[in-house]
Amino acid sequence: MGYQLTKNKAEQVFRELAKKCDVFAPKLMEGEGCFSDTDIIRYGKVHSLDEIVWDKKSDYSFKEALLAINETLFYFTEDQTTVPKGPEKDILIFLRACDLHAVRRLDEIYLKNGFEDFYYARMREKAKFILMGCSQTCESGFCVSMGTNRAENYDAYLKVDGDTVLLDVKCECLESMLKADADAGNAACREHGEGGQADCAGQITVCDVTPDYVTENKEKVTLPKQLSNESFGKEIWKEYGDRCIGCGRCNFVCPTCTCFTMQDIFYKDNPKAGERRRVWASCQVDGYTDMAGGISFRKTQGDRMRFKVMHKIYDYEKRFGYPMCVGCGRCDDVCPEYISYSNCINRLAKEESES
Amino acid sequence: MKNEYIPQLSTIREVIKHTDLEYTFRMEFEGEVKPGQFFEVSIPKYGEAPISVSGIGEGTVDFTIRRVGKVTNEIFENYVGDKFFIRGPYGNGFDIENYKGKELVVIAGGTGLSPVKGVVDYFAQHTEEAVSTKLIAGFKSPKDVLFREDFAFWKEHISVIQTVDTAPEGYEGPVGMVTKYIPDLKFENIQNTAFICVGPPIMIKFTVMEILKLGVPEENIWISHERKMCCGLGKCGHCKIGSTYICLDGPVFNYVDGKELLD
Repeated sequence: MGYQLTKNKAEQVFRELAKKCDVFAPKLMEGEGCFSDTDIIRYGKVHSLDEIVWDKKSDYSFKEALLAINETLFYFTEDQTTVPKGPEKDILIFLRACDLHAVRRLDEIYLKNGFEDFYYARMREKAKFILMGCSQTCESGFCVSMGTNRAENYDAYLKVDGDTVLLDVKCECLESMLKADADAGNAACREHGEGGQADCAGQITVCDVTPDYVTENKEKVTLPKQLSNESFGKEIWKEYGDRCIGCGRCNFVCPTCTCFTMQDIFYKDNPKAGERRRVWASCQVDGYTDMAGGISFRKTQGDRMRFKVMHKIYDYEKRFGYPMCVGCGRCDDVCPEYISYSNCINRLAKEESES
Repeated sequence: MKNEYIPQLSTIREVIKHTDLEYTFRMEFEGEVKPGQFFEVSIPKYGEAPISVSGIGEGTVDFTIRRVGKVTNEIFENYVGDKFFIRGPYGNGFDIENYKGKELVVIAGGTGLSPVKGVVDYFAQHTEEAVSTKLIAGFKSPKDVLFREDFAFWKEHISVIQTVDTAPEGYEGPVGMVTKYIPDLKFENIQNTAFICVGPPIMIKFTVMEILKLGVPEENIWISHERKMCCGLGKCGHCKIGSTYICLDGPVFNYVDGKELLD
């Protein structure tokens, strides 16, 4: 159900929510960018709507709210293992349509593909998603081409418009909170003879709310349709391989990349105790395929670029029935070598149409 | 919900030393296991490594481990009277049914014999279930030969060529790569053959080329892949080739599918 609230009322509701849940949203982290004196927009806990960055795309995606960059799977003390506690509170995550589509990709790998992942599942159970609309396109995104510009499966939609906040709520627990307030407000409004107006005493009214979404991006992408093992020999991979420095940033900003590597550590003060962790991994970085004994695969950056690109737009779809990439454009924004993944895809499609 | 990442502590029942670098650890394990499946074997603080099952007994599984990395070094240093953590079994493994009633040839290179050893054991014990069973096993040199006791048993029941890549002067056994012995194989009916080929990627490549030269249909060949695997659960991504997860869909593949797996 849709609601219109005053900003003050919305902040009040938000503070109530923040007591019951951990709210993750894109925040401006001043001075924490990659280079000196640069800022970064990343996910972190927020306590007020004003802390959320609404007008720009986050540099990193929401995924670190569900999958920690570095997650302890268990502690060990000689023969014993202990699993760390899961989240106690519900988790509210503010994200955009492209990222909400990425949740389906994370679920596909972590909840389905083979075994269910214990750690992801217990986070996911607690997670609710609040859609942030896009009233205009970002610079590098191509969500329209990927069909991820609209999302319906949100728990709530929230838009701040000056002193007004628009909400569309689908999740029952959020609904029950708001509805009680709205009913009280509407009753008060009727007494004043101005039923349904946001500026009346109740501060919260029921109305129709449709999420903002973009229908056109600056970047447009056409997916190649005839990729196969034959595509391995293309010159384009070598060309990108010569430019790529294998830093792996594209994987870390990607909302759909899910790879990790196991890491055991032990404590300096007590070498008998330690922990097993998983940390984010990148298929572009050396060591990703290394086996004990010295065998490794995809040794050149060109092969790794091909592996990544084909996974995003071909291999994943072959296995699960829909493309993996959601067109957020973050990999293009973050590449220190200005490699444009979207341009790479368009070139592959163009090569196909010309052949 | 089961937390698949938590390993179980397993006691070492026996250690069989093949060479300085390769031991078989017989570990306690209750549960169903197929040859060709693998476990994640770990020593806390050093990490986990995917290790194939090289033997299946009553309440035990064997892991033939080569000392080549951080985890396996630690296993060799600290095993005495001790325990490891294991979790599994994972992967599809070999399906014995595929090889019954066939002229079976198993070709293995080095520790590649481990994952397929259960199949060789089965047909050495049940010779009547295959038309014939041949094993071609290659090792680097005579001192690298694994499973010496098993070879003695196999030689009594099935046809065995145990070759070494290089040998000192005066060595009397077969010398040369496994591929050298493939052209001489004779069959009653080439259509009714089954080949299993396990070893390092380069060995698989050249061995399959030789097998195909005999006129063997591709669907009569099975291979087993090794890849880096951090989870064994279809999550970590390291073993993925194309749209295939080696840990879930493999490691054993019929060559018709396996030939499409290009890194």
